[in-house]
Amino acid sequence: MAAELQLKELAQRKVLLAPGHRLCAGCGAPIVAKMVLLAASDYPVVAASPTGCLEVSTCISDYTAWEIPWIHSAFENAAATLAGVETMYRALKKKGKIDKEIKFIAIAGDGGTYDIGIQSLSGAMERGHDLLYVCYDNGAYMNTGIQRSGATPLGADTTTSPAGSVIPGKTQRRKDLTKIMAAHNITYTAQASPSHWSDLLKKVSKAVSMKGPKFINVITPCHRGWRARVEDTILLARLAVQTCYWPLYEVENGITRVTYKPREKKPIEEFLKLQGRFKHLFAPENEWIIKQFQEDIDREWERLLKEESLYA
Amino acid sequence: MSARGYSELPVGPVILDAGNSRLLKTGAWRTINRPVFKEENCSQCLLCWLFCPDMAVRVEDGKVVGFDYEYCKGCGVCAQECPGKKGQKAIAMEEEKK
Repeated sequence: MAAELQLKELAQRKVLLAPGHRLCAGCGAPIVAKMVLLAASDYPVVAASPTGCLEVSTCISDYTAWEIPWIHSAFENAAATLAGVETMYRALKKKGKIDKEIKFIAIAGDGGTYDIGIQSLSGAMERGHDLLYVCYDNGAYMNTGIQRSGATPLGADTTTSPAGSVIPGKTQRRKDLTKIMAAHNITYTAQASPSHWSDLLKKVSKAVSMKGPKFINVITPCHRGWRARVEDTILLARLAVQTCYWPLYEVENGITRVTYKPREKKPIEEFLKLQGRFKHLFAPENEWIIKQFQEDIDREWERLLKEESLYA
Repeated sequence: MSARGYSELPVGPVILDAGNSRLLKTGAWRTINRPVFKEENCSQCLLCWLFCPDMAVRVEDGKVVGFDYEYCKGCGVCAQECPGKKGQKAIAMEEEKK
């Protein structure tokens, strides 16, 4: 199903993530998980999550918030676990023991995707398993106390890249995982944001309707780790898109399409200034980091537009 | 969940009761503010329902009717994102009465 998803219609469906989970008030992760499950709700879904905020908080002791079959795998192998389940499903289908059309979705944080889980993710994608992997990227190991990850942006203050007199926060750039996944030449790769919910729902519903390996990277604000206001979760995701820090695009069978072009690209300061983790960047001696940040974004955005124009 | 003997527990780390987290009333987390619904300013855009991280916006027959305070953690994302009508928001964060 790729038709327009209407909220009025979706609101009639059951949300397959139950309340009572212990994620922080205003957390972005359940918002993303909820949207993913809603967009995929045309099919029965089996999901897996590696260790991370979403996993520990939705499944504590013998309580679960999941209304679908869901597996907690180890930190590094959500993709491998789900690939195994998908293979078993195919085998049972072949033997005629199952006839349902089931969809497989992994929902993992950036730590379990960019760093610890990248080998199993890369393997599952390369082997061509029919599954969708959604990464909710909050840009650090928030679950264990805000340690830097491969997804942490340049200059961010984390507990393992503390901003102070020695270093101005993280001294390295974040890796561009969406590009890495697109380079696997898989069926579908996309980048989405919960603030642009219609775009996100469309991408997920399109991805689950396609055969083969799919990957969607979703920016997921974390007010604890970003040192932001609790109620600004969606606003921060929106600013990430409007500043082109988090461009919304998709790569479908090798063809790149930018799905949202802001009428006016906002300066990156608008995104940074609402977050305490970037507070120190506004000191005169750290101005060069903001300049660097903006240059990186501008270059990447230009590159993306050029890439899109190749197929226009 | 009531206490169970070992013989009644499922084998392995399995939870058979899907969505039993509902038994945990996270509304007790609310400390400062709670959202209050003002129907007259509501355009029924349903964004609060979509953005609520705690599935605590009550929708009946496709219409927002209020909040589920048993689960609402009082984050205020709904009030922040509410477009309202004619500049008037349909959700206000009001002080939690003890």
